[in-house]
Amino acid sequence: MSQRGSAVIVGAYEHPGRVLPDVSVPTIITEVVHGALADAGLELSQVDAFFYAGVHQGINLTSMADHLGLGPLRYYESTDTGGASYLTHVGHAAMAIAAGLCSVAVVAMGGVPRSQPRSGGAGSAPQSPFEDVYGLSQPSAYALAAQRHMYEFGTTSAQLAMVRVAAAHHAQFNPHALLREPVTVEQVLDSPMISDPLHRLDCCVTTDGGGAVVVVAPEVARSLPRRGVRVLGHGEAIRTPGPGRIDLTTTGAAISGPRAFEQARISVRDIDMVSLYDSFTITVLLSLEDLGFCEKGKAGRFVEEGALMAPHGALPFNTDGGGLCNNHPDRRGGMIRIIEAVRQLRSEAAPEVQVPDCEFALVQGHGHSLGTRSASATLILGREDVR
Amino acid sequence: MTELPVPEPRQDPADAAYWAAAAQGVLTVPYCSSCQQYSWFPRRHCPVCGGTAVELRPVSGDGVVYSFTINRRPAGAFRDQKAVIIAYVELTEGPRVLTNLVGVDPADVRIGLPVRAVFDSSPHGAGVLRFTRREVARDS
Repeated sequence: MSQRGSAVIVGAYEHPGRVLPDVSVPTIITEVVHGALADAGLELSQVDAFFYAGVHQGINLTSMADHLGLGPLRYYESTDTGGASYLTHVGHAAMAIAAGLCSVAVVAMGGVPRSQPRSGGAGSAPQSPFEDVYGLSQPSAYALAAQRHMYEFGTTSAQLAMVRVAAAHHAQFNPHALLREPVTVEQVLDSPMISDPLHRLDCCVTTDGGGAVVVVAPEVARSLPRRGVRVLGHGEAIRTPGPGRIDLTTTGAAISGPRAFEQARISVRDIDMVSLYDSFTITVLLSLEDLGFCEKGKAGRFVEEGALMAPHGALPFNTDGGGLCNNHPDRRGGMIRIIEAVRQLRSEAAPEVQVPDCEFALVQGHGHSLGTRSASATLILGREDVR
Repeated sequence: MTELPVPEPRQDPADAAYWAAAAQGVLTVPYCSSCQQYSWFPRRHCPVCGGTAVELRPVSGDGVVYSFTINRRPAGAFRDQKAVIIAYVELTEGPRVLTNLVGVDPADVRIGLPVRAVFDSSPHGAGVLRFTRREVARDS
């Protein structure tokens, strides 16, 4: 696609300060974002794309978006190429706009190295003083979501356990899986409580390792010997609590999912298998609901009869054993979820779990924390021959 | 009841007024006079409208448990604890605040439990917001 002339810079703002001993990075970012929007004559609520590289300052994109009150955001990037980052961001914003992914993008940066040379690093996020003092672990954060889901919808620990049972069933056919033993619902419920209501077996494994994929243009793909997998749809959404009104039972998948389906021009009924982020069992239930595979609140009932079991369940999931049993390298599950969907669409999954005539797969990822603020991404992939 | 450790919070200059009130045992919450609503956490701007007509208002500190968990494997400052109760408390004024519950038996915690704010003092004297059970009159 061409981006020539497709994007225009309409606002710009340079912070007037040069020595700012009493100002934090988030405060500076807020001022420059507000300044540029005012210059453009746009409101904060109109922003749907945000570009900010702050990991070197100890502040990730989602935390800064939350601080600003942005969201839902449909496109964002924190690519860090040092001083060149912001040119890259403008270029990528133009591409995203040309692709119709967003319409109002803000690129922002700021820092306080003159007055506060040791600022940055872990614990620098604007929320840290009000979050980091409570002993919140990642299992605890997702446990808060699970507890609320149980309260609102009557979801049970046994229903959560069925997610693990399905993943473990699949893992026994994966010789590389970290945990290959099948488990029962009772074994999940009898495993030690980590953070109520999540047991040890409600939690994914922690592994070393990694993964990669190669994405090419169709004309390149046609010249290659291997079967390809088509990227049919993509959606993304950063979802924040806004003014402190966290919703623990809905994720960004409620936004990224429909967007991916719209782009792919297929519906949930067309999906043959799913590769769902499974940091915890609750992550899977929330995703199934938000992606539209069942109604909100009904995922517990959806999974309890074995819907997730390959190859003949209603919706086979994580046929490699998932992050729950196979692999979750660097504490980040998204890449391995993509790779198993590719195996299925190439008919190269383990024979015992290969979904027959697998044409369409959905991959769901969640980043940061469903217990505080999170980023969701959905991919819809198709077999090489699908139209 | 075991005393829960009080980690030292980072105090940004931008939040000085919040911390000054907290040290006196007073919970203040940002209020935007344009949107006419409270937000959480302390920011000098409103995360809804982006406006800066935001003031820290003292609030009752009353709320109810919105969700909770009991962290059985606490780390860091809490590593010697057997269990730490972590909760979102929905303040009467609207915002949902991440916190610890103290002075409550883990077995007695439930969603909807009435609670009130208390401040525990950190080693350097900062007031860390926590909540404890609130007695509610049964008449009316």
